Amino acid sequence: MPTTQISLIREHTKVIRPPRALWVPFEFGRPLGAPNDAIFQTKVLLAALKLLEASSGPVLEDFPEDAPVSGDINTVWACPVNLSIEKANLSNTEQLREAFKMEMIQLRSWYDLAVKKRGRTTVGVSGLNLDVIGDFVSAFLGGGMPENPRKDLPLGLVLKLAVDDLKAYYFEAITAQPGHASPGSNRLAEWFWGETVGAEVLRAVKQSCTKSNDPMLQTVAMRLLIPMAQANHSN
Amino acid sequence: MARLDRIPEPMRSLIAGLECPNFKNQPWMEGPPLSRRRVAIVSTAGLHRRDDRPFTFMAGDYRIIPGDIKTNDLVMSHTSTNFDRTGFQQDWNVVFPLDRLRELTDRGFIGSLADFHYSFMGATDPKLMEPTTRDLVRLLKKDRVDAILLVPV
Repeated sequence: MPTTQISLIREHTKVIRPPRALWVPFEFGRPLGAPNDAIFQTKVLLAALKLLEASSGPVLEDFPEDAPVSGDINTVWACPVNLSIEKANLSNTEQLREAFKMEMIQLRSWYDLAVKKRGRTTVGVSGLNLDVIGDFVSAFLGGGMPENPRKDLPLGLVLKLAVDDLKAYYFEAITAQPGHASPGSNRLAEWFWGETVGAEVLRAVKQSCTKSNDPMLQTVAMRLLIPMAQANHSN
Repeated sequence: MARLDRIPEPMRSLIAGLECPNFKNQPWMEGPPLSRRRVAIVSTAGLHRRDDRPFTFMAGDYRIIPGDIKTNDLVMSHTSTNFDRTGFQQDWNVVFPLDRLRELTDRGFIGSLADFHYSFMGATDPKLMEPTTRDLVRLLKKDRVDAILLVPV
């Protein structure tokens, strides 16, 4: 079967030697380069498809352009809960839970607008209702162990999926606020991990679940809730 | 950022140290001109229909994505947290370029699109994917696919 592919790690593709590959210098998670840029995406796609016309191989071609840079370095988003005011109280589990709940409620209008505007949402992999995701995640705070709401999946995996939903909710909501049309991933990560109560909750859940007797929960807590790049982030 | 030397530690060493499959042979297949090809996307982004099963840890299986899927029906349950998802949240084409392929089909650049596309979850041992991939090729042939676009995440 003839194949062509996009490659994100040139070093790996060089060793594996697939028949046809287009190496792109884009970040992980964006193999076509940039969201909401159909012209650029098509350019990448055409470069990959044209390799199917090669008559001998293996072919490893380099895409010559970097992804368009978003001009949003200084974008300031309105954060529902002011961390500088709240931080003193966030060491208390109950107050952290309350601040988190308030933040989620206040982001809801932006999230609903985002769904309306895009006609889609990526929230939903956990299968939990959006109204209960926050409560489910924060139930792990302070050594808590909520009942598994899904009988078909282990609790550790449900926590991981619920956290994915939670992050998607925050990012979809904040990108509906006025500002650049396609905010860069770095700025969005800085915002979430540096400015939200949601990130404080995830750090506290990580700390709590790392001490769990459930090996899967421990693994999820240590490796799958917070990206490596944010592991040492503190406000 | 997917230039290895620009990826911050400890991620860079982790990626650099990943074992890559070593294939003894190098198959080479050709086909008709692009304007007559039937194209399928095979992704490793952990994509699936909203009401399908999420991927589990070290899963070697795949999920079926119908060619007429609507944007709100496609979600991602990849187990890694170490890649950007905000692009996909804003525009599925940055990971799953179905709209772009539809446009290229309308323009006659490619012949047609498969009835079904597929997604694996890339954070797994490639050896676990081999049996299911062999099964998948059989299905792609039945769908008359003669060009596969492999898209990582």
